[in-house]
Amino acid sequence: MYNKQLLIGTLMVMSLLNLSGCSSLNIEPWVKPYERQNLADPIMSNNRHPIANMHIAHVYEARESSRGAEGTGGGGCGCN
Amino acid sequence: MVLKAQVVVVVAVINMYLSIILIFIMSLFVASSADVQAAVLQGDRIDVLYHSYDGGGMKIDGPAILLRKKASETLAVSAYYYVDSISSASVDVMSTASPYTEKRKEAQLGVEYLHDKTLIDFSIRKSDENDYLAKSVNLNISQDTFGDLTNLSLGVAYSDNDVKRNGDEFFSEQSQQYRVRAGISQILTRNLSVNLNFEAVADEGYLNNPYRSVRFVDNSQASGVGYQGEVYPNTRNSFASKVSASYFLPYRAALFFHYRYFSDSWQIDASDIELSYRHPIANAFEVEFKVRYYQQTQASFYSDLYPYQDSQNYLARDKELSEFNDLTLGLGFTYLVPPKFIYGGLKSEVSLQWDYIQFDYKNFRDPTAGDVVGSEPLYGFSANVIRLFYSLYF
Repeated sequence: MYNKQLLIGTLMVMSLLNLSGCSSLNIEPWVKPYERQNLADPIMSNNRHPIANMHIAHVYEARESSRGAEGTGGGGCGCN
Repeated sequence: MVLKAQVVVVVAVINMYLSIILIFIMSLFVASSADVQAAVLQGDRIDVLYHSYDGGGMKIDGPAILLRKKASETLAVSAYYYVDSISSASVDVMSTASPYTEKRKEAQLGVEYLHDKTLIDFSIRKSDENDYLAKSVNLNISQDTFGDLTNLSLGVAYSDNDVKRNGDEFFSEQSQQYRVRAGISQILTRNLSVNLNFEAVADEGYLNNPYRSVRFVDNSQASGVGYQGEVYPNTRNSFASKVSASYFLPYRAALFFHYRYFSDSWQIDASDIELSYRHPIANAFEVEFKVRYYQQTQASFYSDLYPYQDSQNYLARDKELSEFNDLTLGLGFTYLVPPKFIYGGLKSEVSLQWDYIQFDYKNFRDPTAGDVVGSEPLYGFSANVIRLFYSLYF
C-alpha cells in the first residue's frame, strides 16, 4: 500500500513539474549538454543490446514470481 | 463476494492510474511546447540472436530477430520474432506426468512517434503455444525535460490469454492482465545517471497451470501420497519498484547496479539485486561481468505436502510459488567488427553472453529422490543460459 502511495505521489509531482515547465522553477540544469559525452558513450548504454535484455527478462519472469519494473517496457512473457 | 470486492478495488485502482496518466500526458504536451531542443529517434538496426537454456531437466533454445527502421525523422517501426523450442523433463513433469516437447512463437510489431521531446511507443504482441495464446497491446510515453537531464515515462499494457489443455478438447479458460508503469531517469553528475521504475500488474481469470498437481498425505495409497489439481485464486495484484544506476569510470568502463522490490496479493515478497561491470579491451572487444541475487517468500496458499485432500480453498505446488533464492553469475564478450569488413562500412557487433544460475528451494522437496514422503531432500538445480547474437547498425 505504501508503494502505491509512493507511485501516485511521484506521478503527481512529475505532472506538476511538467505543467510548471520546470524552467520556471529557476533551477539550472547542472550538467550541460557538452558535459554529457561520458554518459553518451555506448559503453554506458544499459539497453545497448535490446534483444538480449528481452531474453534475460523472459528467462527470469518464467522462473521467478517477481514481475514488472524491469525498465524494458515489455508486456509480460505470455508463458505458464 | 470477496472476489467481486477485489475486482471492484482493482478496477478503481486502474481507473485512478488512468486518470493520473491522462493528466500526465496532457502536462507533457503543455510542457513540450516550452522546450526548444528536439530529441532524436534511435538509429536503424537489426539483431539476430540464438538463445539456449539448459537446466533442471529443461532444454529451451531457438532463434530471435529484431528489426528497427526509421521511416522519417519522427517515425520508426520495429518488428520482433522469437521462438522457444522446449523439451521438458523437469522435476514437476517427472513426478506426475511424462516428458514433452513444444514450441512457443512470439511476434511483436511496434511503432514509435517522436513529437518534439515526447516519444510515443505503441506495440502489439502475440505469443502462441499449442495450449496457450496471449495477445497484448502496449503503450509507452516518455518525455525529456529539465534541460534533458530528466526523462519521465508512463506506460500501460493489456493482455488477453486463452488457456487450453492438450488432450482435453473441452477445456477452455481465459485470463486478462493489466499493467501500469511509470519511470523517471535522471542525470545526476557527468558520470552518473539513475532510474526509478514502478509497475503495477493486475491479473484476473484462470491463473493456474492446467497440468500441475499438488500432493497430500493419503494413507489409503501404498505410496502414502495422493494427488489433486492445483486451485489458484482468480485474481492477483502485484507492485514492483526498481532503482538502478549507471556510473562511468574514469578509465572508460561502466558500472551498473539495480535493486528491485516486489510484493503481491498472494503474499509473495521478492527482491533482486544486480551489479555488472563492462570493460573495453583494445577498442575492439568489450568484456562484461554480472552478479545477480534473487530471493522470494512463498505464496500464502503454497504447500509442498498438504495434510489431506481439499485441505484448503487454494492449492499450489508450483516451485516458482515456493520460498527460494537464486544466484546468477554472468560473463559476456562483444567484438566490435571493424567497419571495413562490412559492406558499406557499417558498424556491427558480435556478442556472446553466458549466465550460470543456481536455484535453491527452501520448501520444495524432490519427489523423485525416493525417500519417505515429506522428508525427501530439498530441490535445487543449476542452469546454463547462452545468447549468441549479431547486431548491425545501418
